[in-house]
Amino acid sequence: MTELKLPSIDYAALAPILIMLGTALLGVLVEAFVPRRRRHLVQLSLALLAVLAALVMVILNADDRLLTAGGAIAVDGPTLFLQGAILVLAAMALLLIGERSVERGGAFVAQAAVTAESADDRRQAEGSNGATEVYPLTSFAIGGMLIFVAANDLLTMFIALEVFSLPLYLLCALARRRRLLSQEAAMKYFMLGAYASAFFLFGVALVYGFTSGIPGRSAGVDFATVHAAVTESPASEVLLFGGMALIAIGLLFKAAAAPFHVWTPDVYQGAPTPVTGFMAACTKVAAFGALLRVFHVAFSGAAWDFTPVLGAVAVLTMLVGAVLAVTQTDIKRLLAYSSIANAGYLLVGVLAPSKDGLAGTMFYLVAYGFSVLAAFAVVTLVRDADGEATHLSRWAGLGRRSPFFAAIFTFLLLAFAGIPLTSGFMSKFAVFAPALDADQAWLVVAGVLTSMVLAFPYLRVVVMMWLSEPGDSTPTVTVPGGLTSAALMIGVLATLVLGVVPGPLLDLANGAAEFVR
Amino acid sequence: MSNFPFLSVLTVAPLVGALVVAVLPRRRPELAKQVAFGWSLLVLALAVVMWVAFKVDGDRLQFRESYSWIPQWDARFTFAADGIALVMLMLIAVLVPLVILASWHDAEASKRSVPTYFALLLVLECTMIGVFAAADVFLFYVFFEVMLVPMYFLIGSYGGHQRQYAAVKFFLYSLVGGLFMLAAVIGLWVVGGKTFDWQALTQVDISTGTERWLFLGFFLAFAIKAPFFPFHTWLPDAGGAAPAGAAALLVGVLDKVGTFGILRYCLPLFPEASKWFAPWALALGVIGIIYAALLAVGQNDLKRLVSYTSIAHFGFIGVGIFAFTTQAGTGAVLYMLNHGLATGLLFLVVGMLVARRGSALISDFGGAGKLVPLLAGVLFFAGLASLALPGTAPFVSEFLVLIGTFTVNKPVAVISTLGIILAAAYVLWMVQRTTQGTLNPALAEIEPMRRDLNLREKAVVAPLIALIVLLGFYPKPVTDVINPAVQATMQDVGKTDPAPEVGGVVQEAAK
Repeated sequence: MTELKLPSIDYAALAPILIMLGTALLGVLVEAFVPRRRRHLVQLSLALLAVLAALVMVILNADDRLLTAGGAIAVDGPTLFLQGAILVLAAMALLLIGERSVERGGAFVAQAAVTAESADDRRQAEGSNGATEVYPLTSFAIGGMLIFVAANDLLTMFIALEVFSLPLYLLCALARRRRLLSQEAAMKYFMLGAYASAFFLFGVALVYGFTSGIPGRSAGVDFATVHAAVTESPASEVLLFGGMALIAIGLLFKAAAAPFHVWTPDVYQGAPTPVTGFMAACTKVAAFGALLRVFHVAFSGAAWDFTPVLGAVAVLTMLVGAVLAVTQTDIKRLLAYSSIANAGYLLVGVLAPSKDGLAGTMFYLVAYGFSVLAAFAVVTLVRDADGEATHLSRWAGLGRRSPFFAAIFTFLLLAFAGIPLTSGFMSKFAVFAPALDADQAWLVVAGVLTSMVLAFPYLRVVVMMWLSEPGDSTPTVTVPGGLTSAALMIGVLATLVLGVVPGPLLDLANGAAEFVR
Repeated sequence: MSNFPFLSVLTVAPLVGALVVAVLPRRRPELAKQVAFGWSLLVLALAVVMWVAFKVDGDRLQFRESYSWIPQWDARFTFAADGIALVMLMLIAVLVPLVILASWHDAEASKRSVPTYFALLLVLECTMIGVFAAADVFLFYVFFEVMLVPMYFLIGSYGGHQRQYAAVKFFLYSLVGGLFMLAAVIGLWVVGGKTFDWQALTQVDISTGTERWLFLGFFLAFAIKAPFFPFHTWLPDAGGAAPAGAAALLVGVLDKVGTFGILRYCLPLFPEASKWFAPWALALGVIGIIYAALLAVGQNDLKRLVSYTSIAHFGFIGVGIFAFTTQAGTGAVLYMLNHGLATGLLFLVVGMLVARRGSALISDFGGAGKLVPLLAGVLFFAGLASLALPGTAPFVSEFLVLIGTFTVNKPVAVISTLGIILAAAYVLWMVQRTTQGTLNPALAEIEPMRRDLNLREKAVVAPLIALIVLLGFYPKPVTDVINPAVQATMQDVGKTDPAPEVGGVVQEAAK
């Protein structure tokens, strides 16, 4: 009998992941044993502390460049950079999730199982405290994302995908108000997400088949084997292309790229706004982290084959996002389509196969995450008696009623539109320049053209807020509690600072922009 | 004294002033106005010192400063000014205090925050100065785009009829041009060895095809900004809706960024492409001169009329630039200055008329000269300056453009001359219908129409009139500054002036 050899595990390198998943489990216990009235405080501080601790571990690990857990996890520059990004953005999202002073009881429903629109449901909407299960769920999701960007084989990646997706499906269903919309969003997200996962898994199987038959190597789905197979495998390339396409579908679904984007507006609209912000910022980082690793590490040998296809997807994504954003009348849907268009710009960065391209994409992810979280933080504040007033017509004249928040939102919209002195402009430059350097001029031209289209819906909101007279139905802006203010300020300041002095973060991204195999 | 960081201080100073004005309490609008006015005078003083410190026979780019900004992309805070930029900086510094003085009561009519209006004017001044002072392509682009934001709010929040539509149209048109330029800026960065330094980029050899595409990217942005026919349709809307002071800055300075950009960026960076596209640019210029002048004749709105006259004048500037002779080039730059003075004056005076009448429609006036003789007289003078009457500054520049063009391209010069006749038509007809003839009885009943220029308004128009007359008779101080810069630009394009055929008469006339 052959001796089983245990893989060596570098626990320090895995610490951020272990901390988040451990905290999530601890959170479940807190739900069981801590009295109801104390849970909110305990859970929130537990989750925030865990994120902080994980962030500290990421910083301590900053110089690690290694494979661990039998080659299943790669802790390298991009992993650490993206894990850090996810943790910082998740901390902001947790602040929004934990806010309870803007709406009595918080943004989450007390009991998700109560029939929507029933008398019980209306009663609980009136102020019973929201469910605290959201914190362990969020911690699980963060933990899954941390694995997702570090996964060094396709199976680990699949597990991580499920670990962070399942909590997100649940979180989407937990909005306090507009329960039907929220449940519908969760259902849609779950069904389509399950399909996408199935595609991904089938793709993994095809790639596994493709890697068999390399002389002197056993079949496998770790990226080193896949990379070797792309150049050496005698198997039919149909397996490779099929597998690559199916895996890409699974990842592009999470990244909200067209034509796999249809869930995005519904889910962004229906989910509780703090969760929408969390998805727009952190899920995007995780999905693009995985895309970068899969296409730069595993399939880099086939760049000649996938670049035109992914390029077409990028152009389509930008077009769909920009054109459909023009027709939106709901601020959350507008931001959803803008997020789709941004996925297109990010793909431009993914397709620039250079260190600069990788660094630019990572810079973009961070910059966009800060802005989009701040934008959704403002959305949580504009409300009337029925909760958030998300219809655009209701924002008319907001600049007169609350100039401060309207100014902040205007600044964020200018950042989305890519006006200089905001991080939006710097990040566009950071992905377009390497793309042009890699002779992908057509992608840059498409990016520039769609940016023009996309400027219009943003500008329309600015016009609404400042140039229209306030009407009777103009909602007021609730004075935010400390948590939302903190998240909002961090987001806005980051948008400004990254727009004026992007150097330090670019430096960090450049230093991190090298994968290990 | 020459080591003093003139350009960065000049750029930052208005921004600091804007912050100061913005935090002043809303309840004390008078204080905000006084602070803004005082601040703009300080900027003017600094600009005058800089003008004196500029060495006419010195380097092409002077007052150079360079600070690190984004080392990864080699984007730097590099400021430097040549003669052309210096003249434009001076124009800004002169116009802004006058505009603030002229806009004293404009913001109150809008029921919006008065300090914000003046803060926006100062922010606009900061970005305008930055755009002319930048010698780093990335920095230039940043100012070029950011400039839109204060102007957008000036038009959109404080403008008149149709202000929302005009503001959005202005923003989107400019943004479209700007984004094309962004693509070209990135392209230039890639082919230019990943630097944004203007001087380094002028030394780069670019393949013909790439050069033409990059030229188009820049040219389109500048042609929209200037604006040249057929990219001009935003200007009458924006100029018509903007408050008079902002409109004066819009056509007086903001639009010059387009022609300045062509001189500073298109010609030296893409000389071959500039020559290749020159016939097309000349054609656009000539069409603009005639077409906009014809449209101006038909306008019934004073502010829109002045906007159309500007488009015609930009046609002249375009012709002057792309004729590629030193006289025409000098004329074009001089035109940029004189047009800023003359049209700025015209817009401000029209603004005073419109504020009194409460309407910008020409048909609402008639015989106004009987009520406000001084104001009518100033309007007449501004109109004459605008049609380039000899003795006023624009005549010198228009004449230089035509004469410089005639030596190399007779048909263009001849057709352009028709523009002068049309200019006489729209100006004189406008003056006649508003201030001459029988008094419109409705006009006499409007109380403000019986008040002629007050001291503040006299203080606004007097310096401009003085400058227009002075430069009309003695343009040498300005041409001395402009000439070396234009000559250097023409050398970049590789064009030399044709030898005069008739014993140097033409050249003498130009001097």
